[in-house]
Amino acid sequence: MTQINIDVHQLARVEGHGNIIFKASNGTIEEVRWEVTESPRFFEAMLRGRHWDDVAHIASRICGICAVAHHLVSLQATEAAFGVILSPQTKRLRQLLYDAEMIQSHVLHAYFLVAPDLLGVPSVLPLAATHRPVVLRALMLKKLSNDLADVICGRKVHPISCIVGGFSKLPDADTLRSFKDRLAAAIPDLEETVSLFSKLGLPEFHRETEYISLKDAHEYALLRGDIYSSDAGATLVENYLSVTNEFCVPHSTAKYTRHRRESYMVGALSRFNNNYDQLSAKAKSAARALGLKPPCHNPFMITLAQLVEIVHCTEHAISLIDDILRDGLKPEEPVVAPRAGRGVSAVEAPRGILFHDYTYDERGRITSANCIIPTNQNHNNIQKDMESLAPRLLKRPEDEVRLTLEMLVRAYDPCISCSTH
Amino acid sequence: MKPKVAFFDFTGCEGCQFEVLNFGPEFLDLVKHVDIVNFREASSERNDDYDIAFIEGSITRPSEIPRLQKIRSQAKALVALGACACIGGINSLKNHMPMTDVLKTVYGPDSKYYDTIPASPINAFVPVEYFVRGCPIDRNEYLKVVKSILLGKRPEIPNYPVCVECKQAENVCVYEKGKHCLGPVTRGGCKAICVSNGRFCWGCRGLIDEPNIYSEIELLLKQGLTLAQALDRFRIFNASAEVLR
Repeated sequence: MTQINIDVHQLARVEGHGNIIFKASNGTIEEVRWEVTESPRFFEAMLRGRHWDDVAHIASRICGICAVAHHLVSLQATEAAFGVILSPQTKRLRQLLYDAEMIQSHVLHAYFLVAPDLLGVPSVLPLAATHRPVVLRALMLKKLSNDLADVICGRKVHPISCIVGGFSKLPDADTLRSFKDRLAAAIPDLEETVSLFSKLGLPEFHRETEYISLKDAHEYALLRGDIYSSDAGATLVENYLSVTNEFCVPHSTAKYTRHRRESYMVGALSRFNNNYDQLSAKAKSAARALGLKPPCHNPFMITLAQLVEIVHCTEHAISLIDDILRDGLKPEEPVVAPRAGRGVSAVEAPRGILFHDYTYDERGRITSANCIIPTNQNHNNIQKDMESLAPRLLKRPEDEVRLTLEMLVRAYDPCISCSTH
Repeated sequence: MKPKVAFFDFTGCEGCQFEVLNFGPEFLDLVKHVDIVNFREASSERNDDYDIAFIEGSITRPSEIPRLQKIRSQAKALVALGACACIGGINSLKNHMPMTDVLKTVYGPDSKYYDTIPASPINAFVPVEYFVRGCPIDRNEYLKVVKSILLGKRPEIPNYPVCVECKQAENVCVYEKGKHCLGPVTRGGCKAICVSNGRFCWGCRGLIDEPNIYSEIELLLKQGLTLAQALDRFRIFNASAEVLR
């Protein structure tokens, strides 16, 4: 009878260190496990005692891919603690920065981390010879979104000029205008991207779970809104602990979470399922072209939901630049009055809902901090997906089983070092 | 034959490796000159026969030390990539706290499952030939170092303070604005990017050789910081620096 003995040590093409274990003999599964072995960095301990003006600078270092998400949620948590009011200009520039963040992270995932599996190569490098226009398109889209973020916050990894209450330096209007043109010129490349991925087959696997994201009355929620669960409806961000319920498992340095079911999913597919109506028209037509309809219960489709979001964020960014240029950019001095208190904020990081929760003393120094990362929240769902998928793979060749399990984990675009933070 | 190159990561955010992927179309020009045999972030191909190893991250667990030593024994040249690998970086913020307290703060009663040691740069355990500094690395400096290695030359990494480049960028001195800055003792090469963006220097590139720490502390005291607060400014990236211990 068949034996399966899969031990993927330090899975490739994901951020951070994780292992996949799958052992079965004679048609009986002995072990199927997703392990997170990343070394923790203890940001919650390191943030204690830090001055409010250093906090986002430190917190952005939680992640090298979604540094902007950590930077902005950190600023928002500090601003919530101090009751800082933001100007419309600051809000728009942050939204624009965030669109760039989403685009760059999703392009990286779809083209560099996922596409090689679908095209049967170990990395994007061999594709530079066989599929050169595809690779150039990926590199160009990545560069465009990186450059836009650089212009707004000084440096995408790690942001500099986006500070508590506003900006220490503003982008200039002509540069923003040039980005409007570059984004508009990229739309055919996005159409090509959608067309490419619509032809690449993804595994058919459906397991309904609880889908959690932000939800906002006015827009496709990325930087504000309430917590929304497909099972339980809305919860205020301040009450996030009643949703996340973190717990430790000995084989993972990252904490796990659960809410109504044994696990829940966050990220592009949760957002797509919960907030589909608020996507832009072009994003909805991209979803149609990709065969993606809400609610979708196939985790392999997360990448497709990301592509839909790239289209949405590109359109959104173009209209934001129009708004910003119409009103003109004016220097503004941030007004910040530190005070004792707690501030909680949530944003939709590229990989899902992200919480930072700080308590400050009267000198404006942190006394306690808590960060709950999207991938923290997905680890348990990855495990439950694996448990559900594994029995269906028992009769397949071992190489195929390994690749399918690897693809499942990669679909979640896990940010593992982020999740251990 | 093209040199075989490998990338490895220890404790860190992996932002420096992603900066390598962030070159845009130039990335393809870069990879023409080398043979990437191990780059877990970007490729499922793995090969333990390599000439140059780029190491990202600091060392924060005992189990990381033999792994680092094994990489050292394979590689002809080791390159520390970014602040975590070069100077311990942001992870060393925990070094002034008891490790049991750090573990308990994050994991509570489950802290017994996990271990950690104070963060160290990689040259605390193995010899390192090249350093690409900063949090994150500067892509142009990275290119410069890679070119130098390929040409068999020693890359010229600045040993002057950030202030030199800050003056060239025509920034108003942060101290003149009544704020504090670690530029006077921090190694340049970043074009004073943080000051140029309206902020101040946190010291992510590490200290220059023979930094005048006492006059830097005097400057910080003049801005109204207490001695404890002045020393604390170095903790964000430079807690591992010998001169500060």
